[in-house]
Amino acid sequence: MEMIKKMKMSVDSKEMSQYGIYFAFLILCVLFAASNPVFLSLGNIINILRQISFNAILAMGMTMVIITGGIDLSVGSVLAVAAVVSASLIQASHPMVPTIVAILVGVLIGAVCGCFNGVFVTKGGLPAFISTMVMMTIARGAAQLFTKGRPVSGLTSDFTFLGSGFILGIPVPIYLLAGIVIITAFILNKTRTGRWIYAVGGNETAARASGINVHRVKMVTYIYCGMLAAFVGIIMTARLNSASPVVGEGYELDAIAASVIGGTSMEGGKGKIISVLIGALIIGTISNGLDILNVSSYWQQIVKGLIILVAVLIDRKAAK
Amino acid sequence: MSYLQIKNVGKSFFGVEALKDISFNIELGEIHVVIGENGAGKSTLMKIIAGLYHQDKGEIILKGEQVQINSPIDAIGKGIAMIHQELMPVPYLTVAENVFLGREPKTKLGLVDRKQMFADTKKLLDEMKIPIQPEAEMRTLSVAQIQLVEIAKAVSYNSELLIMDEPTSAISDREVDNLCDLVFRLKAQNKAIVFISHKLDEIFRVADRITVLRDGEYIGTKNKEELTRDGLIQMMIGRELKDVYEKRDCKPGKVIFEVENLCKAGKFDNISFNVREGEVLGIAGLMGAGRTEVCEAIFGLNPADSGTIKIDGKKVSIRSTKDAIEHKIALVPEDRKELGLNLKDSTGFNISLSVLKNFVERGMIRKDKENKAVDEAIETFNVKVQNRKTPVVSLSGGNQQKVVIAKWMLSNPNILILDEPTRGIDIGAKTEIYKLINQFAKEGKAVIMVSSELPEVIGMSDRVMVLSEGMKTGMLSGDEINQMEIMKCATIQRESF
Repeated sequence: MEMIKKMKMSVDSKEMSQYGIYFAFLILCVLFAASNPVFLSLGNIINILRQISFNAILAMGMTMVIITGGIDLSVGSVLAVAAVVSASLIQASHPMVPTIVAILVGVLIGAVCGCFNGVFVTKGGLPAFISTMVMMTIARGAAQLFTKGRPVSGLTSDFTFLGSGFILGIPVPIYLLAGIVIITAFILNKTRTGRWIYAVGGNETAARASGINVHRVKMVTYIYCGMLAAFVGIIMTARLNSASPVVGEGYELDAIAASVIGGTSMEGGKGKIISVLIGALIIGTISNGLDILNVSSYWQQIVKGLIILVAVLIDRKAAK
Repeated sequence: MSYLQIKNVGKSFFGVEALKDISFNIELGEIHVVIGENGAGKSTLMKIIAGLYHQDKGEIILKGEQVQINSPIDAIGKGIAMIHQELMPVPYLTVAENVFLGREPKTKLGLVDRKQMFADTKKLLDEMKIPIQPEAEMRTLSVAQIQLVEIAKAVSYNSELLIMDEPTSAISDREVDNLCDLVFRLKAQNKAIVFISHKLDEIFRVADRITVLRDGEYIGTKNKEELTRDGLIQMMIGRELKDVYEKRDCKPGKVIFEVENLCKAGKFDNISFNVREGEVLGIAGLMGAGRTEVCEAIFGLNPADSGTIKIDGKKVSIRSTKDAIEHKIALVPEDRKELGLNLKDSTGFNISLSVLKNFVERGMIRKDKENKAVDEAIETFNVKVQNRKTPVVSLSGGNQQKVVIAKWMLSNPNILILDEPTRGIDIGAKTEIYKLINQFAKEGKAVIMVSSELPEVIGMSDRVMVLSEGMKTGMLSGDEINQMEIMKCATIQRESF
């Protein structure tokens, strides 16, 4: 009898940790909905989704890097560089290129920054933390330098549609988020590259011994992460109709937080895109819900910290 | 009265009985070997005695008193110390700091008394005749030396019982001699030693008494004199062992793989050899002879500085593992946890990793095809696993090794390199792996097998290349393949050349 109990317990705790994050999200929603019915209104739900879209897109790239066992601290700064460069190309007063070109240039800048990160990590053999911290500083400086510290504003309406437009009553950034989630999940789950990303993070030496080009796999993840960061910079600029060189400071931490709450292991080799999306939703829902309840933003930060703590503790337990 | 009595001890994990009703005694001044196939319960039992696990049933009686051992610290307090199979040194600390980790002697000011610590360590190592400097950093030592330090550390707790879990699994024959000497000295000091090992030769060398476990059950305890080799094997596997090494009738065909003047600075010099179709080429040598390095060079993992590799008479360039795989070479590595497997993932993930190419259609992995191939491999290679989703880390050593072999067999190699293919796995799994190797050779493919176990090299190989200090010191075939000849070549030193 006792044996059966034990077995049941072990099964339960395992399942809990696997689906724990979904339960947590549900409970959170029920709690907020119970305390204020506004929370569940369609308008508010769309609002939450739009609010999280930036962080969630960053978290997609971040997760890919973390699965390989790395980290990317430069996303916030890369975002700013891409934002100011793209914005300066399409100011409404004197647009220099078509919208699509401005977007592509921005994304290309992200790719180049990611490429440098990747080169530092693979060829340079530097720890990802250091390499991307270097990029974080340099890219921020470059953004300031490019605009001489001033924001770039007044953009073409084609461009701002990306951030503040609606399709069928739903904000464009939500569609973009959905697209990025699908692409990222596809890469990780359906392609060889995705499998290699997990293999490299799980055991780099074994991956190399299995004929995997470890350097190339890592490069791909940093480039992808940089491109997504740049993309977020562009949509954000479009939404604000302005690009500031100081935009995105501290965003890397929110992206890491979403990834970790979603169960991604900082040691690499483990992580699920859908869970990370839920992780970003949890962060967004908490601040939205607490806003509705008129809780001060100082308290919100404390709550966010505690949530991350609990998420990681659950993850540790599950690993055992 | 016995020093330690194990009485009706039982232990279950999640409803699976790992130990059933185990009873035997351990005496002071004896070397007590505990043997059994993987999964027999040796480690579980030892971890109970060392305080890492608690028994569900039964009791442990130490010097006549029933005791409850709650933690490793508790065990050390009671004079019981365990030297684990996986050594856990702190690499950037010195030998002395490792020995006194967590109980550093202090000066009056409460700071670490380094002088005292180094002096005490030196005394300890001298007493045990271990030639290692207390000031050396741990990371500069070899595996065998680290092990000696760990033993010294265990002795320094004034332990009466030392449990050594497979202490010889990663060290060379010469180092085993050193270890045995030390064990004999400890025995002379009236300590009780429990020695876990898979290797029959050394068991018969060190043991006073031998206890056999099988599938969590106690099979028996015998004095060494009462046992023969075959008798012991029979106790372990519960059946008669006819022929571990089944001989193939070897009719090697043409040369399919050739290596000429392969060199790598500081690792090996001028290595040339060839392998023919249907042939098993053994590579023997002591630890550090360069065997693994040669294999890794051929496989492109750590490419050689110079020399040529030819396949079917054509010169090929192998600069990465990818090149090697394209040329149909596969390497089953020595260290399966480090090089062979991704322990964070499932059995299926590991098996299909190097052959994903075969399942890709329009850029996408076809899961159905992959699963089919993986399931077939699990079946063919007799991997005992619930299903392909089972985490590979939960498998026994033998089954993990079969996963690595299955992984590489799926790549359909023509040249299979196996580096210590049966290290740390039980006789049942060994036999299966030998069968697989023979089957592979029978298909007219080439096998290169590195092994530290001489009976294995002798039993399996058609020819044996012997390395010593990075040089090829012998190529033996036919009747020359015997223990004497191999050891003669393996101990040739550079000066005498």
